[in-house]
Amino acid sequence: MRFSGFSVLRNALTGQSGWTPHWRKASPKPAYDVIIIGGGGHGLATAYYLAKEFGVTNVAVLEKGWVGSGNVGRNTTIIRSNYMLPGNIPFYEFSMKLWEGLEQDFNYNAMVSQRGVLNLYHSDGQRDAYVRRGNAMRLHGVDAELLDRDGVRAIAPYLDFDNARFPIQGGLLHRRGGTARHDAVVWGYARGADARGVDIIENCEVTGFRMDDGRVVGVETTRGPIGAKTVGMAVAGNSSKVAALAGLRLPIESHVLQAFVSEGVKPLIDTVITFGAGHFYISQSDKGGLVFGGDLDPFPSYAQRGSLSTFADVTENAMALMPMIGRLRILRSWGGIMDMSMDGSPIIDETPVDGLYLNGGWCYGGFKATPASGFCFAHLLARGTPHPAAAAYRLDRFATGRVIDEKGVGPSPNLH
Amino acid sequence: MRIPCPFCGPRDVIEFTVHGEARQRPVFEAHELDTPAAREAFVDYVYLRDNPAGLHVEHWYHGIGCQSWLLVTRDTRTHDILEVAYAAGEEEPAPAVVRTMEVAS
Amino acid sequence: MTSHRLPTGGLINRARRLSFTFDGAVYGGHPGDTLASALLANGVRLFGRSFKYHRPRGVLSAGHEEPNALVELRSGARREPNTKATVVELYDGLESMSQNRWPSLQFDAMAVNGLLKPAFAAGFYYKTFMWPASFWEKVYEPIIRRAAGLGRAAGVADPDAYERDHLHCDLLVVGGGPAGLMAALSAGRAGARVVLCDDDVRLGGRLLAERVEVDGQSGPDFADAVAAELKALPTVTVLTRTAVVAAFDQGTFAAVERVADNMPAPKAHQPRQRFWTIVAKAAILATGATERPIVFPNNDRPGVMLAGAVQSYANRHAVAAGKSIAVYTATDAGWTAARDLLAAGAAVAAVIDTRGATPPGFEDVGARVRTVPGGRVTNTHGRLGVTAIDVASAAGTSRLDVDVVAVSGGFNPSIQLISHFGVRPTWNERIAGFVIPQPVKGIRCAGAAAGHYGLSADLADGIRAAGDALGEIGIAMKPIRMPTTAVVRHDVGTAWWQPAPGDIGAKAFVDLQHDVAASDVMLAHREGFRSVEHLKRYTTLGMATDQGRTSNTDGLAIMALLSHQSIPQTGVTLARPPTVPLAIGAVAGGHRGTAFRPVRRTPVHGWAQELGAVFVDVGQWKRPQYFPRSGETDWLQTVNREVETVRSAVGVTDVSTLGKIEVEGPDAAAYLDRVCATRPSAIPVGSCGYMVMLREDGIVKDDGMIARFAPDRFFAFVSTVHAAAVYRHMQYCRQVLWPDLDVTLTAVTDAWAQLAVAGPKSARVVGALVDAPTVVDMAGFPPMSCREVTVCGGVPARLYGLSFSGERAFEIGVPARYGEAFARRIMEVGAEHGITAYGTEAMAVMRVEKGYPAGAEINGQTTAADLGLAPALATDKDHVGRVLSARQDLTDGRRARLVGLKPVDAADRLRGGAHVLAKGAAPEAANDLGWITSAAWSPTARSSIALAMVAGGPDRLGEVVRVWDGIRNTDMLAEIVPPCFVDPEGNRIHDA
Repeated sequence: MRFSGFSVLRNALTGQSGWTPHWRKASPKPAYDVIIIGGGGHGLATAYYLAKEFGVTNVAVLEKGWVGSGNVGRNTTIIRSNYMLPGNIPFYEFSMKLWEGLEQDFNYNAMVSQRGVLNLYHSDGQRDAYVRRGNAMRLHGVDAELLDRDGVRAIAPYLDFDNARFPIQGGLLHRRGGTARHDAVVWGYARGADARGVDIIENCEVTGFRMDDGRVVGVETTRGPIGAKTVGMAVAGNSSKVAALAGLRLPIESHVLQAFVSEGVKPLIDTVITFGAGHFYISQSDKGGLVFGGDLDPFPSYAQRGSLSTFADVTENAMALMPMIGRLRILRSWGGIMDMSMDGSPIIDETPVDGLYLNGGWCYGGFKATPASGFCFAHLLARGTPHPAAAAYRLDRFATGRVIDEKGVGPSPNLH
Repeated sequence: MRIPCPFCGPRDVIEFTVHGEARQRPVFEAHELDTPAAREAFVDYVYLRDNPAGLHVEHWYHGIGCQSWLLVTRDTRTHDILEVAYAAGEEEPAPAVVRTMEVAS
Repeated sequence: MTSHRLPTGGLINRARRLSFTFDGAVYGGHPGDTLASALLANGVRLFGRSFKYHRPRGVLSAGHEEPNALVELRSGARREPNTKATVVELYDGLESMSQNRWPSLQFDAMAVNGLLKPAFAAGFYYKTFMWPASFWEKVYEPIIRRAAGLGRAAGVADPDAYERDHLHCDLLVVGGGPAGLMAALSAGRAGARVVLCDDDVRLGGRLLAERVEVDGQSGPDFADAVAAELKALPTVTVLTRTAVVAAFDQGTFAAVERVADNMPAPKAHQPRQRFWTIVAKAAILATGATERPIVFPNNDRPGVMLAGAVQSYANRHAVAAGKSIAVYTATDAGWTAARDLLAAGAAVAAVIDTRGATPPGFEDVGARVRTVPGGRVTNTHGRLGVTAIDVASAAGTSRLDVDVVAVSGGFNPSIQLISHFGVRPTWNERIAGFVIPQPVKGIRCAGAAAGHYGLSADLADGIRAAGDALGEIGIAMKPIRMPTTAVVRHDVGTAWWQPAPGDIGAKAFVDLQHDVAASDVMLAHREGFRSVEHLKRYTTLGMATDQGRTSNTDGLAIMALLSHQSIPQTGVTLARPPTVPLAIGAVAGGHRGTAFRPVRRTPVHGWAQELGAVFVDVGQWKRPQYFPRSGETDWLQTVNREVETVRSAVGVTDVSTLGKIEVEGPDAAAYLDRVCATRPSAIPVGSCGYMVMLREDGIVKDDGMIARFAPDRFFAFVSTVHAAAVYRHMQYCRQVLWPDLDVTLTAVTDAWAQLAVAGPKSARVVGALVDAPTVVDMAGFPPMSCREVTVCGGVPARLYGLSFSGERAFEIGVPARYGEAFARRIMEVGAEHGITAYGTEAMAVMRVEKGYPAGAEINGQTTAADLGLAPALATDKDHVGRVLSARQDLTDGRRARLVGLKPVDAADRLRGGAHVLAKGAAPEAANDLGWITSAAWSPTARSSIALAMVAGGPDRLGEVVRVWDGIRNTDMLAEIVPPCFVDPEGNRIHDA
């Protein structure tokens, strides 16, 4: 059924009897043209665009748990395209453009809210870096504004302007950035893919690859073997584990990123704000909770929980930036496993194994990339060639040196 | 997390810096440095990781402490620490005197 | 309003009256009250409105599981929204307001939402508000945001202070109820170091809430006696008002102590809360269990309360929650509550048991009140609170006029802390609850938290758990006597909501705060959101401020029934930290404002202060940025004067922040050759050499200088901001990569005060400071020399012929304690030569004039070749970064490489961050050639100058390019020039 205000009203009058599951609980068929491993945002978006844009509908999405149980359900919901390097900007801007039409496209209200993303700077050097970045964004047609201290104050008067260890000098404002309701993104893509014939198979963990003469011809799963002409991995956080089943080692380390939400309060913080004198970002959800986070836990981990020192550091940043937050209470925290790549940028590419493709290495930034990641991966799976917007995300860049290192910290994945 | 430093005793993770998977740096003679073999070995050394969900041998530095580099065997699923040794070798004493404590910036 | 205070009993101090307000009305209470108990005592039943439908709500519980009775506590900057009235200690002068209602709690206009409930079903917002696209941010979302949220934040800086503290112990006991008390006592008597934390203001837990006898004493008296003994035991620390909020690895726990929340504002120098890090070898969770409500139509009216809470209010606070109480129970605990209520003199109208006849042992209760075996409550009546209920059983239906329904639907053991480790709880059919029976990481549950219900089981389990825990950590238990108490039956049944097809419109609430009704669970099931996580996310079940304590299991049970599965098959959501909502400020402790991060001051900071320096933050350091003199009106004027003075006479600046690392040992030279991409082994003794370090990926890590004082003794200077990381890296190279090399590293950054004296007259100034026999002239001490000397008549010093300005210059290091005196001495000696102090701005101008790369160029993305440093490298040896620096894309000449820029129009000003485009090219990505890294006004060249990274830069010398700064709306032309604007031949260094 098509969702609309009308359908909501009609069901209000008919005891909600008209609704049906947003996607079928599919069981695996013996074989598919394309198998996508990972029923998260990226995997489902890939399936959706494969079906919708590339006409490939004999597709299965295999999810080891429940749809959306990975990082797409564990992030701070920020969307933005405020990148600096030419390898990144076109991709994230493509993603932003997809976000801007997403809800009408897949007929699901994902609450895409372009509330603005404000990055603060606290030194001349940081300002110059933001100017460089802002100009790079503008050269690529992305919106960017430079604010001085008063400009920041007008947007966020509650920041600590008067007593700060590292006083705020200004900020880089990206008005088209904002937030989206993460779970709805998953469900919208799942529903859209399902409606176009894609099988979404939950509780189906991939345990191995079926190979024939060096080529992938299917997967082994907890629900039996499934054949496929092409297999794509979209399992960020666990990319190394799944790739290892095919004998591959990746330029990726897994790390926990914690996130936090406060009790709900009436509207308080209007935009997404990031602190420049530490690592901290915050926004307020439509429900009223302040959603915030900071640094990774520095050590490799597959435990979906964070450490106390990082937790404490996040709160210190919060209080340094906005001391009004002190009496608000953290309601819940959670941890997601990040695919931290060696240059901080993702990988959408074929692998050395024929027929096996990789979408991973999303570091912190996977959520905002979801639409373009799905679109570009679908392009790669359907056509065998990279989408132009993702042309830089090749695996061989580490061998050639064409890395895309926004932060300039090199092959230290925990610093990206 | 708390790491049992062999020199200082168990200390909070905040005193340490992690360097990730402990790997052997490739060794090549000066005339081999620009060979494809050297290039390939170093690309592997610098960029590729086993990244297991399970036991992981990694390097940690006790910077706010004895300044020893440690070889830590840890489970990445549970954060249980199974073994800690000096990276420099079994008998290596930790630097005896910390004359100045570097504050991480 | 009639008083609900019982004439006798309770743990309140009736001798003292406390005055407080709720929604502006003044009420009285007593020490020992909570805000909730005091309001109930005053006959207040309506506490708040629900999140979505704004339905009237009262108090449900007597603890942290409270979903309804949320208030804004205090006012002004101290306003705390969403505060549970059930856990607020009453104090004199307390102010509280109801929240999320307009215009008033009694008449809330937003209650109209309730009429729209059929449309506002779970997830309805995912299906609409999509057209037109632009309306989301402009129309729909602002309305939704205003309606959502709960209370109002203060919106201004928190005026209170917080602090952090640490505790180490053998055994942490969480919860001071019967099990926790016995566990702590057992361990304490055995001599173990014990920390006992309890969230409540006094120890005892349910001993304070129930009428029991232990060792011949009342519950509170027994608790007090144990508390007194614990207090006297030397190895036991008791923290009350302290919630353990999270568990971490290797026995690390976080707890928060409410130090001053029981008063209007903290006393002077007192923190509001204290955040504890507790490290324990073992831990026992004696955290009890939370009672579950029962789901039935209109079960959310004020007056529907948990039976254990009604019991607690009667026994502990001497408050009868109602004038006529119906107990609706699926457990024996409901009967115990009824018995206590009768004993307290409250009126119990009926006990309705979903299970059947009066359970054995409760015949006394059955004899005194009407019982409804196998009964269920089918509806409630009343506008702002319950006035009557409908009851159905095999015997028929009836209507009872009651104002309180005390419900007991079972218990959920409080296993939140242990489930922070991701351990899946297991379903225990006997108690119809989730438990974690096995210890996890040295943490075990005891008492009700382990599913052992009833006082005698609780006490025994506390002793058992202590024995098990101590055994694990090698401490011998001493025999301990089990206190005597009556064994009371404590069986539980279940009373899950049985969904029927017609129920979709019923207002039978599962999650009270979020208004998630049984019908929403049914809708989620219909729409395929059947996994427990999907259920939670789609309906928001369990995501309210009570953290799902009263709603998760009931919701899960409904989904299980709908799915024809068992509860464990349906799943369980894991609790995640914190166990109770936790003030952000408490965790941050003192790290806020100017104390956010430490300040590092150099040993000559005071000297710069005396001269009126303006300081700038460089990492954690405070460095003098410039030294304004009277009459100078802006910083540029000052900086120009400082630069001109250095270039024409002499200046002095503080360079103490540079990282300083001693490298000593027979293999020091070989070691440095492997760490550095240059060849330090070629530096002659008594000289300095330029040093470049690469990362292993071939990118420049840092540059600096190395002085060699002896064949086996080097001294490395590395950049200020990278000092700690470079030292760590050098230790890595020594200990991990090349442990066989005999070399020792010592970081001595803070041990030396270091001053740079620069300018054509610098040699004269330095010459006057350095003791004989050193002669500071071109022959005696040429540029790049280094020597250990004495200054000022015997002060040990290290003298270096280093220049960062292109002028003849020196750096002199003296032990830190001499720093300020020495700096003053330099000024005195230099006075006759017109010396000026200069800061980081002038330093930066002069290094841009000379084209020396610094942080903006060595930014972790550039190679030595990009920066024009390739000639300094020694590529015929292996060193860190050697192999990968030769990768094809790092050696491509079309990369962005360092050049200088000068504006074509002398009036134009170049600025950092502007991009470089081909002349005449449109500002589009395809035309982007590079960007300006550093820019300055050069008083020497009388021009704006800049360093830039430009594609193929050095191959474009002489080309005029477009310098586009769209974000600041400037656009100009500049010429690409070599990155050196002053003395390109390098003569001046030898001029003096």
